[in-house]
Amino acid sequence: MKEPTMRPDVILETRKLSKEFPITTGAWGKQVGEVKAVTDVDLQIKQGQTVGLVGESGCGKSTLGRTILRAYEPTSGQILFRETDGSVVDLAGLSEKQLKPYRRSIRMVFQDPFSSLNPRMTLADIIGEPLRVNTVVPEAAIEGKVVELLTKVGLRPEYLHRYPNAFSGGERQRVGLARALALDPRLVVADEAVSALDVSVRAQILNLMKDLQEEEDLTYLFISHDLGMVEYMADEVVVMYVGHIVESGPTEELYDRPLHPYTEALLSAVPNPDPSAADRRERIVLKGEVADPTNVPSGCPFRTRCAYAQDKCTSDVPELREVSSGRRVACHFAEELDLRGLSELGAA
Amino acid sequence: MQQTRTSEPTGRRVLDTDAPYVLDVRDVRTEFQLEDGVVGAVEGVTLQVRRGETLAVVGESGCGKSVMARSILQLVDRPGKIVGGQVWVPVPPIDPETAKRRRGLFSRKKAPTIPVVTDPDAPEGMVDLLASDPEILRAVRGKRISMVFQEPMTSLSAVHKVGDQIAETILLHEPVTTEDARKRAIELLRRVGIAAPEKRVDAYPFELSGGMRQRVMIAMALACDPELLIADEPTTALDVTTQAQILELLKSLRDETGMAIMIITHDLGVAAQLADSIAVMYLGNVVEYGDLAEVFRHPKHPYTRALLASVPKLGQSRGRRLEPVRGMVPHPFARPSGCTFRDRCDFAQIGRCDVAPPPLLRDDDGHEVRCVLYEEER
Ligand SMILES: Nc1ncnc2c1ncn2[C@@H]1O[C@H](COP(=O)(O)OP(=O)(O)O)[C@@H](O)[C@H]1O
Ligand SMILES: Nc1ncnc2c1ncn2[C@@H]1O[C@H](COP(=O)(O)OP(=O)(O)O)[C@@H](O)[C@H]1O
Ligand code: SF4
Ligand SMILES: [Mg+2]
Ligand SMILES: [Mg+2]
Repeated sequence: MKEPTMRPDVILETRKLSKEFPITTGAWGKQVGEVKAVTDVDLQIKQGQTVGLVGESGCGKSTLGRTILRAYEPTSGQILFRETDGSVVDLAGLSEKQLKPYRRSIRMVFQDPFSSLNPRMTLADIIGEPLRVNTVVPEAAIEGKVVELLTKVGLRPEYLHRYPNAFSGGERQRVGLARALALDPRLVVADEAVSALDVSVRAQILNLMKDLQEEEDLTYLFISHDLGMVEYMADEVVVMYVGHIVESGPTEELYDRPLHPYTEALLSAVPNPDPSAADRRERIVLKGEVADPTNVPSGCPFRTRCAYAQDKCTSDVPELREVSSGRRVACHFAEELDLRGLSELGAA
Repeated sequence: MQQTRTSEPTGRRVLDTDAPYVLDVRDVRTEFQLEDGVVGAVEGVTLQVRRGETLAVVGESGCGKSVMARSILQLVDRPGKIVGGQVWVPVPPIDPETAKRRRGLFSRKKAPTIPVVTDPDAPEGMVDLLASDPEILRAVRGKRISMVFQEPMTSLSAVHKVGDQIAETILLHEPVTTEDARKRAIELLRRVGIAAPEKRVDAYPFELSGGMRQRVMIAMALACDPELLIADEPTTALDVTTQAQILELLKSLRDETGMAIMIITHDLGVAAQLADSIAVMYLGNVVEYGDLAEVFRHPKHPYTRALLASVPKLGQSRGRRLEPVRGMVPHPFARPSGCTFRDRCDFAQIGRCDVAPPPLLRDDDGHEVRCVLYEEER
């Protein structure tokens, strides 16, 4: 098989990646439909950068993250990953066995890394587990490595033999990071990793993630519904709506001048902690709720909530297209609409 | 059109600073007596809400916001206990018929009496809920003061239609027929922006989305035209877009009815959107209190300043590093002596901050702060 090609600065790229969950009924599990959680996603993540993935809940952010890790089997499409030697491999086409080495390179951090773990495991077990499973370091050296990881994420080495329930949310998230970093990954998918934390602790973890990125040359896919946090973290932003990418681009440009009506509405909805901005701000309040992924509207998936929709939006699907360097949008009228970004919304 | 451009920038709300209080909380203390010790969840909170005012109560989780709010209507979960303070509210009118119905038809209890107020500081025309007949509390709760919670499912019954639940609240407080109560329920659902309310009135909560359930909760809270709505993290579980819808709804309802709102939130953005004044809580205390614009522009307490520096503000965090408060909120059993914030404070003075609780200092504009750094200013 011919090796796929990618731009040299890209570490991960998805091509027409889709994930559908079947909806079944009855005792024989007859399929009666499907949840189109992720549809034809083309995503590029550059080495050493952070891509922020935003959208309302149910838009398919977590599904996309998990499909990239092959925690979910893709329905179709490619997941191209660049190895350290520069060669490119399609993860979607690999068997579970072939996939094993790549499982070390791409790791995930969850909202609560402990909810799925045995409460009777100590930190030494929790963080040491990936090391043991992958036999990266000899058993005798594991404890030393765990101590090193604890220090790296700002936890005291004495915590080694403590149990998870003795820790606060912020400490747990540090442990989650330590566990993810244990195998020296190159790409970390952080799915709402700090969303459950209090503001002060959240800011501590965000800063820690930034520092670790610098020290370890990490690449992040930062999934969050919080546009303020994404602005702080991300070099590029991807906006999803019912399984589709509707817009992507460099963070500042996208926030200052959104090209998709959905992005405009999301930015407008963020309550800014600045009372004078709150006064000045003309808000767009989106009506209704996220479209149903089992029954995606014809044409543009966003048209049922879009203020600018016209007949064409019902009949034709807007393709995701590049309108200027690095900026992609899926809206028929992107060039004509003069949408408001942060400055016009009175926030910047 | 599927999307509305609300309003022209709202312009600053003009508040009547002489309006009477609808709530005057003084030095309220609430404790949880647990097996391994006592948690002082609320350690002497004092605050007031005027008619028509919106007060935001902010602070990180565990600082006592919910327990404080629940203490007002005596809804604290066991084993919580209110151990001190007063909760003054305007004396509620009590219709003897409705009161009787509330007590049950066969109750032989006497009609309620307004307690004789002996406290010389007692505000005129107000009654202390913590020291009065339970009938007074019943006349206030759900009628004069009502509450909305973060997770509507915990306060909505899963087995009853939403319309019946709203109607029940109305019947509890007003002498109306079942039919009229249902009509009002439909009207309320319409008012909170639920489409096809004639149909939705017969829906069960599980048939509704999170945003819609929160609307139902608000409809229920508004059923008897309260003077004060206490909303505890009403948008925390929702998406930003749905949150924006609910905040707009609260704003327009407030402007329509003139009700006061106490909004409890950990989100400074939500506070800035809605409130006129703000109380910042830390470990059971209000550490700063005042006009919201003033507190945001000139925060005094080191904790308030640190909180503001911890949140990435849209368009303002570029190339800047957040400066979060160090450490974390201590366990309630490990509350530091003196100022409870001192172990995280960059300005703490040994020999002063660790010795005694800092004084409450109030400037001429009513901006209050609980910190020694402002003692010299006086
Ligand atoms: N394991 C699953 N089985 C069936 N449907 C799923 C599964 N995981 C997610 N979904 C559905 O896929 C859609 C996208 O969900 P998700 O990726 O979790 O969105 P987000 O992370 O943006 O909130 C939702 O409609 C969700 O209900
Ligand atoms: N049911 C309960 N039992 C024991 N402690 C409680 C209970 N409810 C609240 N607390 C304690 O009271 C304190 C304040 O809690 P709460 O008012 O819920 O905080 P907030 O709403 O600000 O997040 C916390 O330390 C919490 O642990
Ligand atoms: S394609 Fe049409 S419906 Fe979709 S976002 Fe653009 S204007 Fe709105
Ligand atoms: Mg998710
Ligand atoms: Mg609370």
